[in-house]
Amino acid sequence: MGASQTRSEHKYQDLADKTGFSLEQITNLHKRFQQLSGNEDTLSRQNLDNIPALANNPIRNQIIEAFFDKRNQHQDEVGSFNEIGFEQFLMVMSHFRPPTLKTTEEEKEALRKEKLRFLFNMHDTDNDGTITLVEYRKVVEELLSKSGAIEQETAKAIADAAMLEVASTNVPDMAPDDFYEGITFEHFEQILKGLEMESRMHIRFLDVDTTTMRCGKSTS
Amino acid sequence: CHYSRPSPSPSTLLLLLLPSTKPPLPERGLLLLMVLVFLEGSVLPLGAASSPDVTHQANSDNHIVKEAGHNFTKKPFPVLSLDYHHIQAPFEISLWVLLASLMKLGFHLIPRLSGIVPESCLLIVVGLLVGGLIKLAGEQVPPVLDSRLFFLCLLPPIILDAGYFLPIRPFMENLGTILMFAVVGTLWNAFFVGGLLYAVCQIQPGNPSILHQLELLPCLLFGSIISAVDPVAVLAVFEEIHINELLHILVFGESLLNDAVTVVLYHLFEEYAGVGSVTVMDVFLGIISFLVVAVGGVLVGAIYGILAAFTSRFTSHTRVIEPLFVFVYSYMAYLSAEMFHLSGIMSLIACGAVMRPYVEANISHKSHTTIKYFLKMWSSVSETLIFIFLGVATVEGPHNWNWTFVTVTVILCLVARVIGVVGLTYVINKFRIVKLTTKDQFIVAYGGLRGAIAFSLGFLLNKDHFPLRDMFLTAIITVIFFTVFVQGMTIKPLVELLAVKKKQEAKRSINEEIHTQFLDHLLTGIEDICGHYGHHHWKDKLNRFNKKYVKKCLIAGERSKEPQLIAFYHKMEMKQAIELVESGGGVKLPSAMPSAVSMQNIQPKKLPPAKPAERALSNLPKGREEEIRKILRSNLQRTRQRLRSYNRHTLLADPYEDGLGDLLIKKQKMIELERKIKDMNNYLTVPAAPPDSPTMCRARLASDPQAYSMKPEPDSVPTIQVDLASPQSPDSVNLMDEFRRAEQQHEEDQGLMMKPPSGESGPKKPGEEDGSREHKLMRCLSDPGPSADEDEDEPFLP
Repeated sequence: MGASQTRSEHKYQDLADKTGFSLEQITNLHKRFQQLSGNEDTLSRQNLDNIPALANNPIRNQIIEAFFDKRNQHQDEVGSFNEIGFEQFLMVMSHFRPPTLKTTEEEKEALRKEKLRFLFNMHDTDNDGTITLVEYRKVVEELLSKSGAIEQETAKAIADAAMLEVASTNVPDMAPDDFYEGITFEHFEQILKGLEMESRMHIRFLDVDTTTMRCGKSTS
Repeated sequence: CHYSRPSPSPSTLLLLLLPSTKPPLPERGLLLLMVLVFLEGSVLPLGAASSPDVTHQANSDNHIVKEAGHNFTKKPFPVLSLDYHHIQAPFEISLWVLLASLMKLGFHLIPRLSGIVPESCLLIVVGLLVGGLIKLAGEQVPPVLDSRLFFLCLLPPIILDAGYFLPIRPFMENLGTILMFAVVGTLWNAFFVGGLLYAVCQIQPGNPSILHQLELLPCLLFGSIISAVDPVAVLAVFEEIHINELLHILVFGESLLNDAVTVVLYHLFEEYAGVGSVTVMDVFLGIISFLVVAVGGVLVGAIYGILAAFTSRFTSHTRVIEPLFVFVYSYMAYLSAEMFHLSGIMSLIACGAVMRPYVEANISHKSHTTIKYFLKMWSSVSETLIFIFLGVATVEGPHNWNWTFVTVTVILCLVARVIGVVGLTYVINKFRIVKLTTKDQFIVAYGGLRGAIAFSLGFLLNKDHFPLRDMFLTAIITVIFFTVFVQGMTIKPLVELLAVKKKQEAKRSINEEIHTQFLDHLLTGIEDICGHYGHHHWKDKLNRFNKKYVKKCLIAGERSKEPQLIAFYHKMEMKQAIELVESGGGVKLPSAMPSAVSMQNIQPKKLPPAKPAERALSNLPKGREEEIRKILRSNLQRTRQRLRSYNRHTLLADPYEDGLGDLLIKKQKMIELERKIKDMNNYLTVPAAPPDSPTMCRARLASDPQAYSMKPEPDSVPTIQVDLASPQSPDSVNLMDEFRRAEQQHEEDQGLMMKPPSGESGPKKPGEEDGSREHKLMRCLSDPGPSADEDEDEPFLP
């Protein structure tokens, strides 16, 4: 018992160093992973699909895809998995860690870039390095999909206006015949500069196990 | 008969004191005006004072004589008579308000002063001078800071203004922190100051002074009065320093929410100070009372807010009185809460915050502007009056200066504040994700200003129960002066010195809005995957509840189903359209254009299949909305307006308001203009429409005259871009054509240019307001005008 515990702690220690979570957080997330995957070692899309709370989320497909996207594993691979292990699960989750009091300015910049990269990957589904107009339109449509019957026109119009804005702030001197291919990562960073991603894109990871609690708020 | 008259204004003194500065002509006119007003103000009552009874007598004489019978001497008919008595009260109120407003104007004429000294300090000084002059003249100072007047008339506008425009998102995100500071912080302050004061007063046993009379309970009462951070003072000072949103909302939120604590403590100690002791039962009741006061206040406010929202649903035919509902319901909420001794401030905040998203969806654009400007105006005048009265009351008020008491109070207040903030932050940071740094703590501690509420509460104390009331008042005033003058003046340089993050002035762009919503859903989804029900989960649930049930009830018509993103987009379109109009028509871009990107740069060049003309004109309301939306959209994407005039007609149409009649007239005019354009096929430039053309006048009327100072006519004229290749008229924003050609038209337009929404208009908006004095008016700063306002775009639960 003792030996296996130290072994599992070692295993978690690696993960902790790689992803930046604390040991308690990793333990909790592992429990959740087990719960979702039905005590197996790998998680499939079906498992995530079955989460009832996600049913109301307009962008659930994108979210689920993001877990299986190889680009989010920081290993320069492309494509997508069919199933993911706990380590991959953790890597994706690590994108949502908040900065601490000790994070320096450079680290905050790096954190922001990482989070923006995650968002960019979510939008850029064909992985060509740019978000084209078609992809952006899809994003807006998905966002509005659960809001009842809205007109296709309006969604397109919003996406068009947004794209126009990106183009005009980043490439102001386009000749009338040039074609703006799509939003590159640099442009993406530029337009979302004001949102301060490092302070907004995070959730609270618990140190205390609440997966057994069905309702109620976090205790820590 | 005794009349109190306002004295000649200090502006005359200023005139004498500044012989070297020669103000330019208009300013001289203004100063002259001020002088005249106050001479009138002082002469008139003087004249009346000299012969009040004569006129009275004369009247009564006349009456008696008339009744008596027919033998009366015929007096010459009084052509001009003076009856000051008749109009005294409103006259004096108006004079005070006028004085306050002219003072405000006057300060900004003195160039360097308004940058160094916050307005609140200047106003207090003015109040001191005015009070001094009144006293010198031997008149009795009117009880201007009468607590009833203060709490019932002067305070509500400021709080309503704050509550209505409260940025909900940062407020809710930091609610835990704010509540900690407000409740625990105030309690700590009250007990620390009160307790230590009592201890200090009890030392020196060998030298009995009046301090020894001071019991513990009055000390605690004094502590609770002096420990509350004052929203008026905080607003006044913080508005000029533009720190980042987080700190602003922390200090400001604290100042609003500590009202509940103050009310309870005040009443508790006041009740029992007479008895002399407080039992455990009383403490327990006090805690219950606190919950009742706070929650009750919020509930009362929320109820009135929902009533107001519901009422606004039916106002589509009587748009003119829409603002009235907002104001009256809010004031009733305040009064109802005060009636039950609940927290009036919290009730007002709750009312404003609850009603806002629904009311704004229901009312017209003009009502919205009206509400905004009335609120800003009233709160501005109120604030000015409060500070002036504070000065006047200082001069007049019963004083009892006791060195020990006062200095110990000031020191204890500062120390308590610092310890409180540091200690609380240590605890709070364990629960916060984005922690508060030392710099943040310093600003929060330093921003704890006391103000007129403390003074009024002290004024309310019964002299019989509290024999040392005068001493209290003196100490309160000293603390107020210290915080407002010393802390108020030095906070700006300190903010610069410590390089505290400032407020970001950037306008909310559609991309940011899209991604904010995206992020909300993303984070909710991740939380669900993680399995715990956090902050985002509950917010999402509340939003869905709101969308499903509440909005249907409270928002009229189609708009109840409008998703947040679309509402935002439409608002942005409207704003940009109005901006385009106000910027003097066609954006005269210099040759180096900020952006030449257009729709065709983005869309791949392929011809979309021709769509059948589906704009069935019979389906009018929705169809009309649609076409106007399309026009707005397409005009958004054009920078070079071909001809300044015609677009204004379409752009001015408020899709939710205007009748069909207007539309038809506009269509007519446009057809005429189309004809004119066709005649000018080969012109490359067109002389600019004269500034007072009916179109410009209409443009001016349609939006707020104050926020947009008229730009001087630029040198270059708008250019017409005629694409000789295209056979049809180059500027096909003909409504009729839009009907027929629909999408096809849209994408075939050549040479469309876009005006960058953030680039161009951003610098232009502050530019228009800048340069003139308007820029420096405090309230205008906090209110960037109906176009550049980011606050409006907050969803129900952003």
